[in-house]
Amino acid sequence: MSLKEALRGAILLAGVAAPALATAADETSLRLADGAGLERVQAYCSMCHSLDYILMNSPFQDKAGWEKTVNKMVKVMGAPLTAEDITSVVGYLDSHYGKESPPAASP
Amino acid sequence: MDRRRFILGSSGALAGGLLSPGVLRAASGEELPAGAVASGILDALPGKQPLIKRSFRPPNYETPIAYYKHAFTPNDAFYVRWHTGVPEIARTEWRLRIAGPGVKSEREFTYEELRRKFKMTEVAAVNQCSGNRRGLFAPHVPGVQWGYGAMGNAVWRGVRLKDVLEDAGLNAAALEVVGNGADAPTLSGPDFVKSLPMWKALEPDTLIAFEMNGEPLPKWNGFPARLVVPGWTATYWIKAVTELTVSDKPFDGFWMKTAYRVPKGMFGASGFESQDTEQNSPITAIKVNSLVVDPAPGAVIERGKRAEVLGIAWDGGSGIRSVEVSLDGGASWREAKLGRDLGKYSWRQWRFAIQPAQAGTVTLMARANARDGATQVNSLVFNPAGYHHNVVQRVDYHVA
Repeated sequence: MSLKEALRGAILLAGVAAPALATAADETSLRLADGAGLERVQAYCSMCHSLDYILMNSPFQDKAGWEKTVNKMVKVMGAPLTAEDITSVVGYLDSHYGKESPPAASP
Repeated sequence: MDRRRFILGSSGALAGGLLSPGVLRAASGEELPAGAVASGILDALPGKQPLIKRSFRPPNYETPIAYYKHAFTPNDAFYVRWHTGVPEIARTEWRLRIAGPGVKSEREFTYEELRRKFKMTEVAAVNQCSGNRRGLFAPHVPGVQWGYGAMGNAVWRGVRLKDVLEDAGLNAAALEVVGNGADAPTLSGPDFVKSLPMWKALEPDTLIAFEMNGEPLPKWNGFPARLVVPGWTATYWIKAVTELTVSDKPFDGFWMKTAYRVPKGMFGASGFESQDTEQNSPITAIKVNSLVVDPAPGAVIERGKRAEVLGIAWDGGSGIRSVEVSLDGGASWREAKLGRDLGKYSWRQWRFAIQPAQAGTVTLMARANARDGATQVNSLVFNPAGYHHNVVQRVDYHVA
């Protein structure tokens, strides 16, 4: 049996049309916790990626973990944060999405 | 009805209730971070079915397990993984450039030229993200928190990378083939560029592919052309590939030198010596693995009735020798029935009938054995980047 035949067999398992399951979400629907540092997080982190990266990676990183992540974003990825920005952003992430805090807000 | 309609229709058939992203918990206590569960909603990218959204931008979307009932993963349900923005390139604008100190003469091909000049061929192969199942690591490690669905199986069609390289002519200096795609970083970060050792680049199944499952690649999966590197994790399968540089020294970009690394010796030889260091090696070949697909973990099974469990098994290209199933916590194992062999790089379906006599919980364990003698591990081989999760799965069914 050729691959083509096998493929057709797989496709013929087909059935009915898809029910409408899709959410009409986009990244503007993401909500992060209020708190000191949020504005900087929104300004800098979202230059390159949606903020679900923060939600997804919580709550299991301690302060040192978040510091490592933020430093990578600055040193490797080129995020333009000053030393003060870094302190503020790491503080925010640790307070709201750090290891000891309750589960993160859902989108 | 043409084939495209069949493909589009096929994934819809599975949308009847098994798509819940909540079905991502393994019975062995492994689970995704709470924040990943909460933010992992079902969301449909244009042209795709609703998939499990890990991040909106760049788009990282995971295939719900129920789609793995198909021998080949429908294109519109195939997972999506990008490091940066997704490039939009018209087929007529696209060019592939072959250059570097390792070639005798440079080449540039249009889409039509490449397809006309070289023989088209196809291969069935699993495409699996290096970080598939990272989200199940204990302790958790940062990164995209993938469950089981950062993978898919497809028939890839295109021209051999070997034929294209040999047309340019390789010289004695050729050490690595460095692939770059049309995607680019937002700020001053490193471009996503990956290299291959010559032996892997020259294997007859390593392709520059235009199609998957008989259709042009979706833009989410690398349109107009991507590298297909069967047996190796998907980080090497450069999407929207535009440049192939044959280098005479090890490529030292961030995504080779720093990222996608495993501790030296932890997973055996990498097969990529020019990239090995004293401390670590690049992740390369996929480890033998298996997945229970149906009934979904946690499903209710009727007492006294025969139920057939469907799963899949795959490895880095030696092929699957057997899959064993245990219903008594690993004390005894029986062989599952293997489905058709669709090629050594494809995954292979397996089936195992159970008929629980007692109400309660049945825990099923599945273990794949590869032809090269490798088998799945009983406990996680922890590594900081969260790669090669191939722990024997434990799935609970409720018998009522």
